[in-house]
Amino acid sequence: MLVIKNLRVSIDNQEILKGIDLEVNAGEVHAIMGPNGSGKSTLASVLAGRDLYQITSGKVLYKGEDLLEKSPEERAKEGLFLGFQYPIEIPGVSMANFMRTAMNEIRKYKGLEPLTSSEFLKKMREKKDLIEISSSLTNRSVNEGFSGGEKKKNEIFQMAMFEPELAILDETDSGLDIDALRIVARGVNNMKSPLNSTIVITHYQRLLEYIVPDFVHVLYNGRIVKSGGKDLALLLEEKGYEWVRSESVNM
Amino acid sequence: MSTITNISLEEHFLDLYRKNSSDIADNSAPLMNSFRENAIARLEELKFPLNGNEAYKYADIGSVFKQDLVKTFASQKISFNIREIFHCDVPDLNTEPLLLVNGRFYNNGLKYKKLPGGIIAGSLLQAANDYPEIVEKHYGRYAGESEDGLVALNTAFAQDGIFIYAPPGARMEEPVQIVNIMISEKGLMAQHRNLFVAAEGAELNVVICDHTLSAHSFLTNSVNEVYAGKGSQVNLTKIQNEHNGSSQITHSYYHQEGDSNLVSNIISLHGGFIRNNVNVKLNGEHAENHSTGLYLSDQGQYIDNFVFIDHASPNCFSNQLYKGVLDDTARGAFTGRILVRRDAQKTNAYQSNNNMLLTNNAKIYSRPQLEIYADDVKCSHGSTVGQLDENALFYLRSRGINYREARLMMMFAFAHDVIQNIKVMSLRNRIDDLVNKRLRGELSRCNNCSLQCG
Ligand SMILES: Nc1ncnc2c1ncn2[C@@H]1O[C@H](COP(=O)(O)OP(=O)(O)OP(=O)(O)O)[C@@H](O)[C@H]1O
Ligand SMILES: [Mg+2]
Repeated sequence: MLVIKNLRVSIDNQEILKGIDLEVNAGEVHAIMGPNGSGKSTLASVLAGRDLYQITSGKVLYKGEDLLEKSPEERAKEGLFLGFQYPIEIPGVSMANFMRTAMNEIRKYKGLEPLTSSEFLKKMREKKDLIEISSSLTNRSVNEGFSGGEKKKNEIFQMAMFEPELAILDETDSGLDIDALRIVARGVNNMKSPLNSTIVITHYQRLLEYIVPDFVHVLYNGRIVKSGGKDLALLLEEKGYEWVRSESVNM
Repeated sequence: MSTITNISLEEHFLDLYRKNSSDIADNSAPLMNSFRENAIARLEELKFPLNGNEAYKYADIGSVFKQDLVKTFASQKISFNIREIFHCDVPDLNTEPLLLVNGRFYNNGLKYKKLPGGIIAGSLLQAANDYPEIVEKHYGRYAGESEDGLVALNTAFAQDGIFIYAPPGARMEEPVQIVNIMISEKGLMAQHRNLFVAAEGAELNVVICDHTLSAHSFLTNSVNEVYAGKGSQVNLTKIQNEHNGSSQITHSYYHQEGDSNLVSNIISLHGGFIRNNVNVKLNGEHAENHSTGLYLSDQGQYIDNFVFIDHASPNCFSNQLYKGVLDDTARGAFTGRILVRRDAQKTNAYQSNNNMLLTNNAKIYSRPQLEIYADDVKCSHGSTVGQLDENALFYLRSRGINYREARLMMMFAFAHDVIQNIKVMSLRNRIDDLVNKRLRGELSRCNNCSLQCG
């Protein structure tokens, strides 16, 4: 599904990702952990197509095609979804209009008829119930005035609506209460199939109790310094990143 | 005719007046004529607001008035059937519009439009003769004190326009629509004058649409005088959609008595040179004014809004909200002047001007001017100039919405809160649609009534 080879990314001539290698196969759940500022969100943004960064070397293949030459909207249409660490408020653009426009653009790309109003509303209702997000949120402007947790929930709601093939969730669990955390996990697990993959970026082992990863990677200072199974997360929780640092020095 | 370049503008227009004064008078009403000599003297004294005039700092009035344009004062016989080339059917707004063609009331068999509640709408020239007691009481009363030479110019030359009167307590469901058309075989200048009167407790809704129906240069220098009586509710919407060879200067004077509420919306969709002066006098306690504007300019268009709110009584409220999107090499200016007089305690006055520049060559000059002489006052002003929010744009695109559409969604969102001020729902939806079309570049610049394409 996704193959990243020696990806190097800079911003203002400062190198942030210093050669990332990562392979995610269909049906897998990967967790990426790592200290603040290590480059997790940068990686996620680059994959989604934010043009703020200079890609100085490396390659990313998504479903066998060069991902980096595609526009952000093309990537979305090809089934890639980024759950933002900091979802953007867009006053004046209603959630419904936004979701419906996006949904139909994606359908058009796939050669499907646009959803009718009632089909769209039905789908909204269904996913709203699943994610337990209230209509008072979906009737407002995109993220406008949403609380931190509500914004995160809204990301998962969108994921549920778009049903992506590859979802990258950037700290979707931060700021969520315990119930919301379960709901988010439910949203992710609900989507899980041999055809879909998920990358969850998180600081907390707690989320991984609900969304059990096949692989855990530690991103440290722009590099993946350690990869392992779900137990790696437990080890990290116990020993902290200092341990990874000394490990990686020994490597 | 002497070319204007060799003589001063004042000389040109004074000369024009002298040579045509009998034509002007013969094709107008005695009441309007009685203001002319005085206005000419005023013009000589005030002069044209050219270089160095503070209020017109960014507007090149000289170039606009120096254009070689035909000025006619006799009643024109229009030799075409206006119905054939122009048909305005606004869904939900199924009223017959009143037409002003080149500044003159276009009589299509109907002298006045009479609406329920005793509301009368028709030609000002006619009304000055038929309803002298109303016209006399208001004509020239609010624009008369103006320090603007261009207002004096209008008073000296204006022969006709639209008159609307809503008697005490009258209710109005649908707005009266005025369609202001410029059409000619040669470049033309017109100066009309509108007078709207809402008596005590009356409701008055008016929509004015400005159009150019031929590709020539046009200049309009018009004056609107609006009287909002005690407790009245007045909703005015102006939609400007003229081609890039047109210049338009509109001077609006809103005189508001106590407890009145006046909402003014100016939607500038297209126009080569636009200057909108909005002068509000809050003349009684608890009067409320909302002056809003939306401008969408591109190419070399110039848009200039000048708002002056005179808080002359205590306990009044005013709110200005002007927003604009400027593309290409468009230039714009906004001046919001708030005067709170010494006795106008407990005034609430707010102002905000937000601009979005889509290129590095687009420009906006934004000036708040606050003069506050009372001490118990709540006043705020804010002005922003920005670009499209790249993060928001990325957010939309990351969901599959293409760049162009995402950009449009954001511009539309930016414009939307001005449109929300439009009180008449059917009109609001229609304007939503127009603005959407305009942003998509689907609105033709000329030869069409903006309200019919759809
Ligand atoms: N637009 C930017 N301009 C300058 N520096 C940036 C920019 N974006 C990211 N950086 C820097 O790149 C580094 C990696 O940032 P990134 O947001 O990817 O970290 P992260 O691993 O997601 O951290 P966190 O756990 O706090 O979310 C940080 O040092 C950050 O300051
Ligand atoms: Mg981050």
